[in-house]
Amino acid sequence: MSTLRAPVKVRVKDWFPPGHVRTPFFLRGKVGVIERELGPFHNPEELAYRQKGAPRKLLRVRFEMSEIWGEDAETPTDTLDAEIYEHWLEPADAT
Amino acid sequence: MQAHSNSRNVTVMEHDNIRRWHDMGGQPAGQIDLDQHNFALWEKRVDALMVLTSGKGYFTVDGLRRVLEDMGEDTFETMSYYERWVQSVNQNLLEAGAYSLEELSTKMAEVTARGETYGDCAAGGE
Repeated sequence: MSTLRAPVKVRVKDWFPPGHVRTPFFLRGKVGVIERELGPFHNPEELAYRQKGAPRKLLRVRFEMSEIWGEDAETPTDTLDAEIYEHWLEPADAT
Repeated sequence: MQAHSNSRNVTVMEHDNIRRWHDMGGQPAGQIDLDQHNFALWEKRVDALMVLTSGKGYFTVDGLRRVLEDMGEDTFETMSYYERWVQSVNQNLLEAGAYSLEELSTKMAEVTARGETYGDCAAGGE
């Protein structure tokens, strides 16, 4: 994921672990574009369990409402930005 | 939920089974209570305890949230905000070894013995 540069389409992984994560449920499996890269931060998924938390890149990803909510989207072309750690993202063309 | 219908591998029904209770973004919600309210002294102290002990490095906000989430949906309905916080702070401090259950029990008995009211209990402190 270190080669990701805007504008790059990414898909949020369809992961559903039972523990503490920061990736909103409603974005799992959704495709967006990288709006910008943010700094590396200690991984909150490890900090939550008293681990040191390896530094992971945080990315701001922009999603269209139609992608998130489908036909239920009230304003389909509005966008939503969410900050998601690199290990939760994969290239959008991946199967 | 309709919202998940375009996700690739996981069916809508499966989604609803694996969504953790606290992760409620996009879920139907009722009216939001926008009333302001004051905090009780003990609630301010819980807040201060969180700031002080996390500042000391015993745990982070991630650990606070992890325990709050693991406490489950029922506690969200039955306990107040700072009641949940103090339980999570305590759990994190125990895990970090800030004090033992024996020390906590001894202190709780000591405070209980001071009196019935919050003022009595606090007044006898250090």
